[in-house]
Amino acid sequence: MKAIVSVFAKDARGIIAYVTALLAERDINVLDISQTVMQEYFAMIMLVDLDACSLPFHELARWLQEKGQERSLDIHIQRSDIFEAMHRV
Amino acid sequence: MSYLMNSSEILQTIQMIDQQHLDIRTVTMGISLLDCADRDITCCGEKIYEKLCRRAERLVPVCEGIEQEYGIPIVNKRISVTPISLVAAACETEDYAPLASVLDRAAETVGINFIGGFSALSQKGFTESDRRLILSIPRALTETKLVCASVNVGSTRAGINMDAVQLMGKIIRETAEIDPVGCAKLVVFCNAVEDNPFMAGAFHGVGEPECVINVGVSGPGVVANALRSCRGERIDVVSETIKRTAFKITRMGQLVAQEASARLQVPFGVVDLSLAPTPAVGDSVAEILELIGLERCGTHGTTAALALLNDAVKKGGVMASSHVGGLSGAFIPVSEDAGMIRAAEEGVLQMDKLEAMTCVCSVGLDMIAVPGDTSAETLSAIIADEAAIGMINSKTTAVRLIPAIGKDVGDRVDFGGLLGSAPVIPLHRESAAEFIQRGGRIPAPLHSLRN
Repeated sequence: MKAIVSVFAKDARGIIAYVTALLAERDINVLDISQTVMQEYFAMIMLVDLDACSLPFHELARWLQEKGQERSLDIHIQRSDIFEAMHRV
Repeated sequence: MSYLMNSSEILQTIQMIDQQHLDIRTVTMGISLLDCADRDITCCGEKIYEKLCRRAERLVPVCEGIEQEYGIPIVNKRISVTPISLVAAACETEDYAPLASVLDRAAETVGINFIGGFSALSQKGFTESDRRLILSIPRALTETKLVCASVNVGSTRAGINMDAVQLMGKIIRETAEIDPVGCAKLVVFCNAVEDNPFMAGAFHGVGEPECVINVGVSGPGVVANALRSCRGERIDVVSETIKRTAFKITRMGQLVAQEASARLQVPFGVVDLSLAPTPAVGDSVAEILELIGLERCGTHGTTAALALLNDAVKKGGVMASSHVGGLSGAFIPVSEDAGMIRAAEEGVLQMDKLEAMTCVCSVGLDMIAVPGDTSAETLSAIIADEAAIGMINSKTTAVRLIPAIGKDVGDRVDFGGLLGSAPVIPLHRESAAEFIQRGGRIPAPLHSLRN
């Protein structure tokens, strides 16, 4: 299953390293990354593959959110179908 | 970025959900109770309770799973059932209120927000069972928390049952005298639809399958936000923008409907294309009308702006879903829309304008608080006017009025939660009692003869 991980935070060093390490810890493969900094605000969107991840989706979502909060990051994960449904005919 | 990922689109979706109140307003499971009929009302109640708990056992957990995986809130999980006047017709009893308690208990057990279908279809006349159900409504609604009732009093094919109109005025009055909040759960329809997922008027029609999933989307905030970029543009651009936005919103509804249907192994029925507001700031239909160019909702031009809005919502939505249905009209529940509340409080939005709005696409006079001393005949006359608009225009119209007992124009009534609060709106003081007391049936209009 493919999902979108979105990360929002005040910009700081090591955010990408921290988030990708979290994903690697759960055997999640990153397929694509888009990242930008707008007025000191960090925004990253990643397309990930969850096929090798053994954690159920809702637990993974909660875990990422908790791990994000430890570093004041707003991390969300959503199945990618929702974006395709909304923007692709 | 790849075909799959376009970060500005992804950010747009996230913003719609986080900042513009985009949500799935309701996933409503329709369940047939026709096989629960029994001569003994207790046995009938047991069958209903067992069937609802069995069929809807997984409804709430499945919806919560979808919410988590897709990150889209599903605000309400609801059930609609076969009109109880049909299910209970065989019961040897006068009072149907115990069945409302059964529905309430089942709703509580499965953890849903509302259950609709304490209903009667009396557009051409009453069965004995219809009459018993209607007379049970005041008790049923004031002794339960989650049960919603509706009565269909007219249709384009059948005309208007003025005896039912007369009786419903009394029933609304009687319910309000026990508890005005009861009236927030009671709708009087003309041309009621069988697959409406929205409360308080949802019921599971007899032409529906055994069990079905219907979905109602929302999104006034998203439409309002899109219109902010159209200031000064011609009206065609406004219409196009609303269409595009409605398409996106409805695609989300379609996705959730299909997913819920697959996970629950229940067929998908329809997506209802209605813009349902909530009392939250920025989630208002009135605000959209004001962004189109009205200083305040309710002023001259409101009816035309609303007609444009709703037509564009339908045109955008209809291509985004494989099956659309339900009410698919604009909801103008005065108490549930911050912009409507403001316009009503300022005296700009009046009863006559609300009625005019129902001629084009609004579904009815919805959640309107009226003075506490309003007579049953006046309530009936308002119902008759609405039913006539529905009958002649071949559309659904509905009336959900709350007589604010002990209060008058200028006072405010609080219903709590999604139901919001409403200022008491002035009505005409002249009587229509003689008209209402005639009873009988308004004949179906000429254009009902279409065969």
